[in-house]
Amino acid sequence: MNGGKGRALTEGQRAERRLGLWLCAPAALIMVVVTGWPIVYSVLLSLQRYDLRFPEDKAWIGLSNYATVLTSEVWWNAFWVTLLITVVSVAIELVLGMLLAFAMYRAIVGRGLIRTVVLIPYGIVTVAAAYGWKYAWTPGTGWLAGLLPEGSAPLTERGPAIAIIILAEVWKTTPFMALLLMAGLAVVPEELLRAASVDGATLWQRFTRVTLPLMKPAILVALLFRTLDAFRIFDNVYVLTNGSQGTGSVSISAYHNLIGGLNLGIGSTMSVLILVTVAIIAVVFIIGFGTAAPGSER
Amino acid sequence: MAEIVLDHVTKRYADGTVAVDDFDVRIADREFVILVGPSGCGKSTTLNMIAGLEDITEGELRVDGRRMNEKAPRDRDMAMVFQSYALYPHMTVRENIAFPLKLAKMGRAEMDERVERAAGLLDLAPYLDRKPAALSGGQRQRVAMGRAIVRDPKAFLMDEPLSNLDAKLRVQMRTSISRLQKSLGTTTVYVTHDQTEAMTLGDRIVIMRAGLIQQIGPPQELYDHPRNLFVAGFIGSPSMNVLPARLEEGLLRTPIGDIPLRGRLRRATEGPDVPRDVIAGIRPESFEDASLVHDTDQGGTFTGTVDLLESMGPEKLAYFTLDTGAVRSEHLAEAGGEEAGEGCQLVAQLDPKSGARRGAPVRLWYDTQAVHLFHPKTGENLTER
Repeated sequence: MNGGKGRALTEGQRAERRLGLWLCAPAALIMVVVTGWPIVYSVLLSLQRYDLRFPEDKAWIGLSNYATVLTSEVWWNAFWVTLLITVVSVAIELVLGMLLAFAMYRAIVGRGLIRTVVLIPYGIVTVAAAYGWKYAWTPGTGWLAGLLPEGSAPLTERGPAIAIIILAEVWKTTPFMALLLMAGLAVVPEELLRAASVDGATLWQRFTRVTLPLMKPAILVALLFRTLDAFRIFDNVYVLTNGSQGTGSVSISAYHNLIGGLNLGIGSTMSVLILVTVAIIAVVFIIGFGTAAPGSER
Repeated sequence: MAEIVLDHVTKRYADGTVAVDDFDVRIADREFVILVGPSGCGKSTTLNMIAGLEDITEGELRVDGRRMNEKAPRDRDMAMVFQSYALYPHMTVRENIAFPLKLAKMGRAEMDERVERAAGLLDLAPYLDRKPAALSGGQRQRVAMGRAIVRDPKAFLMDEPLSNLDAKLRVQMRTSISRLQKSLGTTTVYVTHDQTEAMTLGDRIVIMRAGLIQQIGPPQELYDHPRNLFVAGFIGSPSMNVLPARLEEGLLRTPIGDIPLRGRLRRATEGPDVPRDVIAGIRPESFEDASLVHDTDQGGTFTGTVDLLESMGPEKLAYFTLDTGAVRSEHLAEAGGEEAGEGCQLVAQLDPKSGARRGAPVRLWYDTQAVHLFHPKTGENLTER
């Protein structure tokens, strides 16, 4: 970049910079209004005792909401459940998504059909799909519950319920993962794979030694998107269990406190903690990007 | 080291397109064979079939007598150099060169030694720890060569390895590839569309067009005795001049004068299938400034006005426009002949001492014994059959 600090700008450069700022301004303003202010407002709320049932008790109490949440067993349970759902579902999605991406990318016959079929789950509204899963696993009416031994109600038991939440999440978002990964596959030059096969690589070696390293940035982007989404999981949990039997995610907890419990202080504190966690995840991934660009000089 | 036999090999795609038609060549051990032709002639497809990157529809590929058709590329023990070099961007030069050895599970010590030796041979030693992105075009090309020679394969397959280099580097690399191949003695099949590369590198040239082999032979043979108009137009730079000509009572009437039909020209025109209108071909270097020739009787002369004069140093190229229509032939269009302009173009390669000047008339002598006659329809060289 030229025109760094301490270097005098020419009149033209200054005009260009001014124009750039003006062009950005509308977008920046909208971002501040719809994103920036709510975040600031949440942070402000999280520093107050503010329960809509007892509005007269409203007061600034510093960080004591954070102390309350971070020492609460309910919060930590929700946190670990969310982390479990995130890690397991994203891992499964990565593997399945990679397989689907290959199928979509390499298909010779019926490519259009395969791509369409693969993308169907992603096109269905999450809540509608979640209800589909819920009915399927409900004893008496569900076709999947019917496959289980008599008297089992998987959605009412913690382990099976979490597994079903993961299943619903994987089913719903694997196509998205596959799409992102397919874009990454397209980045790998065909000639490199040909060179590798002449060099003596098997199909698996071509994948692990050429395709995967070159796809690394695309994989990281896909993982980042999906991890951030998965950590904020709400719809599937809300419909399938609504957080009962200790299956609630952090978003469900925040929602219950905010909307159900009308406790704006505690609910906002949880929202801010979710934001912080998500930010940490993003930073870790972005540090990963820095070392991932193929061909970059060490 | 290996003998490679392509026994009536054909490549036909699912839609019926025939990319390579009945390719039949025996490549001897240690031989350097060039596949040359315009784009889409099937030369790269042929190379890919040898490498195993494309299936063979019909015919057989044998290496040292063993059928290879069904073998995977990795089981053929051939090394390939691609036009794009196909270097692995995430690996250093060392890792790139060592990649085939690593896949072959070679021991660390031997691997290092071989990589060092290949790098030494190609002047890559200082760059071993760099990534390809930090190398120049010529260095990348050498890494691709290194990756090929390091495994000591049965054959080198090269697909236009020099076409991404600038002109000077290309000439440099051309000689080093030639030297390398001679010293290693590895059978090499080299694909190019550049006739200069074909002429300078190969022991033998296979010239292809639309999937069909046009002629096979050593460079000089193709140059001196092109079997048809396509080969004549493709080999040689500047290209052979082609002129409309007519056979009349013991004479060949051409825009540069009448040539008596004697000796080989007469024999060439004797057949019953020879039409009266033919195409005459004469190479630029078969001309000379008549004032520099002692005995102008041993050939023809013609006077023309120089359109354009290019001084190349060791020679001068004089361009003329003859007031007759240019020869139009499907056999020439593909060979990349200069068909610009309406009139019939003629190029003469003259001695630098020639006094020819642009816009001034000059009297030229030409060697009538060097004239080729081609059949206007089939393109066959009548003087070479």
